[in-house]
Amino acid sequence: MKTKGKVTGIISNIVIVRVEGPVAQNEIATIELGDIRMMAEVIKVIGDDAYVQVFDSTRGLRVGTVVEFEGHMLEATLGPGILSRNYDGLQNDLADMDGLFITRGLSSKPLDEEVLWEFKPLARPGDTVEAGDWLGEVQEKWIAHKIMVPFVMDGTYTVQSVAEAGEYNINDTVAVLTDASGAEHKVTMVQRWPVKKAIKAYVSKPRPSRILETGVRPIDTFNPIADGGTGFIPGPFGAGKTVLQHAIAKQAEADIIIMIACGERANEVVEIFAEFPHLDDPHTGHKLMERTTIICNTSNMPVASREASVYMGMTIGEYYRAMGLKVLILADSTSRWAQALREMSNRLEELPGQDAFPMDLSAIISNFYARAGLVHLRNGATGSVTFLGTVSPSGGNLKEPVTEATQKAARCFYALSQQRADSKRYPAIDPLDSYSKYLEYPEIVEYLDERIEPGWAALVNKGKTIVQRGKEASEQIDILGDDGVPVEYHDRFWKSELIDFVILQQDAFDAIDANTPLERQKYMFNLVLEICDRNFDFEDFQHCVEFYKSLINAFKQLNYSEWQSDKFAQYRARIDELVSERESKN
Amino acid sequence: MTTKAFQKIYTKIENINKATVTVRAQGVGNDELATVGGKLAQVVRISGDEITLQVFQGTEGIATDAEVVFHGEPPVLKVSDDLAGRFFDAYGNPLDGGSAVEGEAREIGGPTVNPFKRIQPSELIATGIAGIDLNNTIVSGQKIPFFADPDQPYNQVMASVALRAQADKIILGGMGMTNDDFLYFRNLFENAGVLDRIVCFVNTTENPPVERLLVPDMALTAAEYFAVDKGEKVLVLLTDMTLYADALAIVSNRMDQIPSKDSMPGSLYSDLAKIYEKAVQLPGGGSITIIAVTTLSGGDITHAVPDNTGYITEGQLFLRKDSDTGKVIVDPFRSLSRLKQLVIGKKTREDHPQVMNAAVRLYSDAANAKTKLENGFDLSDYDERTLKFAKAYSEKLLAIDVNIEITQMLDTAWRLFAEYFTKSEVAIKEELTEKYWPKTA
Repeated sequence: MKTKGKVTGIISNIVIVRVEGPVAQNEIATIELGDIRMMAEVIKVIGDDAYVQVFDSTRGLRVGTVVEFEGHMLEATLGPGILSRNYDGLQNDLADMDGLFITRGLSSKPLDEEVLWEFKPLARPGDTVEAGDWLGEVQEKWIAHKIMVPFVMDGTYTVQSVAEAGEYNINDTVAVLTDASGAEHKVTMVQRWPVKKAIKAYVSKPRPSRILETGVRPIDTFNPIADGGTGFIPGPFGAGKTVLQHAIAKQAEADIIIMIACGERANEVVEIFAEFPHLDDPHTGHKLMERTTIICNTSNMPVASREASVYMGMTIGEYYRAMGLKVLILADSTSRWAQALREMSNRLEELPGQDAFPMDLSAIISNFYARAGLVHLRNGATGSVTFLGTVSPSGGNLKEPVTEATQKAARCFYALSQQRADSKRYPAIDPLDSYSKYLEYPEIVEYLDERIEPGWAALVNKGKTIVQRGKEASEQIDILGDDGVPVEYHDRFWKSELIDFVILQQDAFDAIDANTPLERQKYMFNLVLEICDRNFDFEDFQHCVEFYKSLINAFKQLNYSEWQSDKFAQYRARIDELVSERESKN
Repeated sequence: MTTKAFQKIYTKIENINKATVTVRAQGVGNDELATVGGKLAQVVRISGDEITLQVFQGTEGIATDAEVVFHGEPPVLKVSDDLAGRFFDAYGNPLDGGSAVEGEAREIGGPTVNPFKRIQPSELIATGIAGIDLNNTIVSGQKIPFFADPDQPYNQVMASVALRAQADKIILGGMGMTNDDFLYFRNLFENAGVLDRIVCFVNTTENPPVERLLVPDMALTAAEYFAVDKGEKVLVLLTDMTLYADALAIVSNRMDQIPSKDSMPGSLYSDLAKIYEKAVQLPGGGSITIIAVTTLSGGDITHAVPDNTGYITEGQLFLRKDSDTGKVIVDPFRSLSRLKQLVIGKKTREDHPQVMNAAVRLYSDAANAKTKLENGFDLSDYDERTLKFAKAYSEKLLAIDVNIEITQMLDTAWRLFAEYFTKSEVAIKEELTEKYWPKTA
């Protein structure tokens, strides 16, 4: 029997409902306004009054309208067919919605219930299984999509039967399990899970021990993100957060990409809709869209589902992780989610924290980031969720609650600098302020030794030192003037510029330069550092400037050339020529 | 707002403050319109039978026994082709003495276009201004504001952009506009002979500020009629969005909401996004492009209004007076059009992206040289050349009174490169340099 209630008050999208029975915090409610059924979530209960936030506009809603409580929290529907879909924050498939406009109460099914999947059994009758164990698999695009014991099933079960190989739809029973008391449980290919709870169907969550290649040089070379790691990209508007995230989504070496467009521009999502179906995944050659799921709640869509969208994306990520896959979740922007929390907290007249954000903002953010990670599954396989969020600090000032709370939770920090963006040095990741805590992990250092070359981490630190010293030299030059400092200062400054232009800057709109595989990054970084080790003779600072400018120009052409092509060799030769002409003879 | 038969009239107002009144009534819908003592009001909060109404013109003179009549519907605009060529106030009533427009009544502030049904913008809007076309190309379906100090000629620049852009309809939403500016726009449109393509919704400084809150939704409802129903290319001009935000702050303050940064309501981002996100390229060929004005105080873009705007819009255009030439230019450093990547080098000549970047980089070197000069250091030969280049660049390209085609802009840029620099200093991809570098400098 569902609990019912009646509307007694309305403040913007918060509705107060007098309930006639039990309700739970975060329970989903349905408000019926004529033929329109609107979804809402309980966010506060005082006596018989339940405060619900409506995932839609409350225009025209009246006192006395009937509200029905559904008896469950907001859930994700998990099963084969999620890949390539474009969901809103409540998992409605945007492509399946009628009409040009999203009118109120419009909904669509998250999965196709008709389509038949080629099922292959993996478990055998008699096997003892727990939540998350693999019972069978179907081929979803190029991924072996595991059909698992539903995560909501506590305890151990015995497999009574598994369906034979063949075609089934998602609602067909593919296995029957019995619990300790002998009761039967039918399992289909689809299961539901409340999005605000973490899926914990794994044995252990070790420290990340390998890196996730993104093809973006300032990340992979300078501050790599771990597979199963967390990172965030704060930056003022116009600093290139979205371009950087899209580049990572296109190139990252992950099995599944989940892109959460949270409170951002619709045209940016349209760009993904338009481009991804045509682009190839550089690692597998399949179409990018085949490994991508988009959760889209643009800035003009209902504020309440902004919060739902990040949890929805994370839950889908955890689901694929339990199949032993590498999942990368990108969220743009987590600040919009925090703002949605602020709007709610404000309307509930809660005592505000800093900048009117709710007091528990920091706890909410860390809990969310903690859901990422590398996991060992019960069958020995490993899966991972890597999470990379953007933050849009107000006024570009990093001393604000969302940035500060995220900094406590995330291990990689890619600070986009206004100054770099202004001088068109993209990606505008500040080489000195940014960091990756993973470079300090011994297991990651060891991994880099093996994957790239022995001593790589030390080499990276050396590169960073050169950039740091270049900055100091540049400050001296600015104070004392070009002629007021020894030529060595210029040399030092330009060596850091060389690293900046060749390694740290990357043209995201050039087909070749946009994506640099690790192999090429290793080559380029070694080449640049080798030049930084050399001594050159300059008559005066102007010759120094000229030399490095032509060197940088040759290097840029090298970056634009196809790896190991004739053109590549040609520019490489030009670099050698330039260097040997200038190198000091003693 | 005609009265209907058997409409219930309430005559006992419980509370009155500066902007809102509270009355006990039943069966009232959220967001519904009402008339309070002859003034238009909207339901903003319902608590049992206690209805809080926001009175747009303010509550001055409203008595506790004033008549309150609920209209039973949210604000609407009657849409039809007859909107073209007309001037309206914030409520959609004619200002030009003409008769009221007949047509289908549409709720303003309607639903969102499904992002999946949108089309990626790909049509360039040429304005003839190099600071825009060359450096920050605008695309149909884009939303972009001018960030300008109050003393800058933003309305004039916006008007000339509007007239040069080939739009089927130009819809002006004026918020807190001075009467002089309103008359300026009106005369300009009249003289250009484009009145039949114009629709205006205007709240001038003489009108109460809270009325402004209706203007963008009115303008965009009209825009959606022409773009969605008629498949037309619509350009919407909104000036000044800072004054719109001020009105939001007034209302939220009177509703006792906790203010966030700069006394603005915590929902400012969503409030602005709802307006700007109406910009769209539709599958049927129609489009809504929004060009807005956000005035700054003392050039401060970290203030909540420009800051939130910058995160919503697809770039921003800064106006600046160039000290070398004395002309108003579109600042190449701080301006940005996020959608330019969709058209430059694709709808324009292949060398466009690289020429644009090289010119801005060299212009920035000139700025560094200028700093050196101001600090009393000697300039190198390269510095001297960048300074000369910067002056020519600003005069021949950036100044907003230059009106040329994009291809001409590119050719001019190459000529300037060749005049002041060597090929390696310009550092453009060699294939392009070989093709476009002027043979005789």
